[in-house]
Amino acid sequence: MSERDIILKSEGVYKSYRMGVTRVKVLKGLDLAVERGEFAAIVGASGSGKSTLLHILGALDKPDKGIVQFEGRDLGRQSGRELNRFRNRMVGFVFQFYHLLDELSVLENVFLPAMASRSILGWFGCRKWAKNRAGELLEQLGLAERAMHKPYQLSGGERQRVAIARALMNEPRLLLADEPTGNLDSATGNGILDVLEKLNTAGQTIVMVTHDERIAARARRIITLADGRIKS
Amino acid sequence: MYKIILAMRYLLRRRITYFAVLAVALCVFIVVVVMTVMTGLVDDFKQKNHDFVGDCVVGSESLVGFAYYEDFVKELEGAEFVEAVSEVIKGYALLSPRGRDVNRGVEIMGIDPVRHSRATGFASTLYYRKDDVSRAFEPSYDPNLPGCVLGIDLASQRDANSHYSYQASPSRVGFAVTFFPLTARGALAGAGAGLVNTKTFYYSDLSQSGLARVDSSLVYLPFKEAQLLCGMAGPVKRVNAIHIKFKPAVGLKAGCDAVALLWNKFKEQKAGENQAYLLDTVTVQSWKSYRRMLIAAMEKEQTMMTVMFGFVGIVTVFIVLVVFYMLINHKSKDIGVLRSIGASAADIIGLFCGFAFLVGLIGSLIGLLGGWLFLLRINRLEDWLFEHFGYQVWDRTMFAIGDIPSQVSPRVLAVIAFSAIAACLIGALVPSWQAIRLKPVETLQVNQL
Repeated sequence: MSERDIILKSEGVYKSYRMGVTRVKVLKGLDLAVERGEFAAIVGASGSGKSTLLHILGALDKPDKGIVQFEGRDLGRQSGRELNRFRNRMVGFVFQFYHLLDELSVLENVFLPAMASRSILGWFGCRKWAKNRAGELLEQLGLAERAMHKPYQLSGGERQRVAIARALMNEPRLLLADEPTGNLDSATGNGILDVLEKLNTAGQTIVMVTHDERIAARARRIITLADGRIKS
Repeated sequence: MYKIILAMRYLLRRRITYFAVLAVALCVFIVVVVMTVMTGLVDDFKQKNHDFVGDCVVGSESLVGFAYYEDFVKELEGAEFVEAVSEVIKGYALLSPRGRDVNRGVEIMGIDPVRHSRATGFASTLYYRKDDVSRAFEPSYDPNLPGCVLGIDLASQRDANSHYSYQASPSRVGFAVTFFPLTARGALAGAGAGLVNTKTFYYSDLSQSGLARVDSSLVYLPFKEAQLLCGMAGPVKRVNAIHIKFKPAVGLKAGCDAVALLWNKFKEQKAGENQAYLLDTVTVQSWKSYRRMLIAAMEKEQTMMTVMFGFVGIVTVFIVLVVFYMLINHKSKDIGVLRSIGASAADIIGLFCGFAFLVGLIGSLIGLLGGWLFLLRINRLEDWLFEHFGYQVWDRTMFAIGDIPSQVSPRVLAVIAFSAIAACLIGALVPSWQAIRLKPVETLQVNQL
């Protein structure tokens, strides 16, 4: 694995949480590297720190110690403004519980990241492009008919596909999925995994967290997390 | 842009925000109505005092008055900034209708009606001679008799609707007016001889200034007669006050300062005269200062009302704070989602402040509109309440108030709306601050759902 191919890298990452009077060490010097175009699944028991790791990789959380690099840049040295931009442009999140905004339509939820990074004037300049792009994504994911619906009018699988479309809106270089099928039945979950596989085939780098080995098997690489470290 | 869209959707889709809007609207409504009525009353009261006094008064609190006024009046009339000047005799007297053994103490003002009308709003207070003020002291039933103008409450009584009853022309009624003339040293003129000056004046007109105390106790008399009867028409004539009106372009303070300057020079010139000591009691005051005892009380009430309604504003802040606190707790997941797609802390504050702005703006607009509509009908409403239930906001038999003031001031409305929006923003600030302190990871956890 050459340095140029690595999109995401973490070295000696530590993270602990306070639970009452005790401090729980979740990550204990974790090292990880993800190649560009890879579809990696991080598996581990419940409470092993999978989601924590994913949040740290996506700059939603900070490690207590250690380095996380994205395309060679240390996220720990980035300003708040740069991290916001990183989350907006470089990475897309897919959550287990979809986390769509109920007040917005499906289409608005999808183009939300494009709106979030622009001023009012900037938004009016690119509004047409953003709506077209969101429409295309929904069509690719089989949700063209649902564009004007509200999230609560959709099934779980449809909501997760909307969440994937939202994550892809700004063409991020990295897709982080936290138990994307965890709240879905087997058939619907397989449909979501098909979507992720297709995206990966098209060149999208994906890091997925799951506790289910069978789901992890759909990824090209399985990373096992145990006792706060990667188990090789 | 998403902040505006989300703020509007939160507003439309969250019922709890309707309560915040309603709270703001109610507060704005109450403040608009009370402040408009209060401001109207105070402004009206000030205007009536201004009309009664003119712009500036050079006068003495002493009943003795001051001498050499004619020279100073000439100086004033020659000054560029002065529009009109009126010399006035002020004093107290006993008034008794002829043929009856009753009397009452009254204030008297001796004026030249034409000169006084130029310097003050006297002419507009008259009922019969409004259009020919020079004949204010000519009883219509016999122009040769000496006339007097009575404060309206001395001659007529208001009904419960604040209306006076007028006759087509003044009826022939004579009043014996008894004066207590004073010497320049302040002694009773003719003391020891038991002399008081009494003369009969005939009712020639009514004066309604709208100032309760003036209308209930003041009698206007012809200047020369009043001067004579008050003992001020000796070899060195005296008056109690000179009322001055400035030219329209002259500011009140500038005008009063200029008069004070003239007066000081005049006083120096007269320093060697016999009755120069009387000039030391004279002050130059603007109408506001001259009537400050009365105006200050009203202004104090207005300030107290403003402070009280400041507390209403604090209640608004608290209501908005509670609503936003609940909303943000409910919407913590949205905050996590927004942070995950790159929204900054400032964006989150912007979102909730935008939301607060909308709550304040819509609440204010509803409150202003409601207040305006209510004020448009406030007098009709009061009439209806009086007709059906006998209720009046102010008992018109006691208070010299005609209609309840309902003239909405755009400046007052703007201040109220601005304050309401500011109150909402303040109310939203603490919960917004709390929102940005939430860690996205915590808000996105399953147990937050």
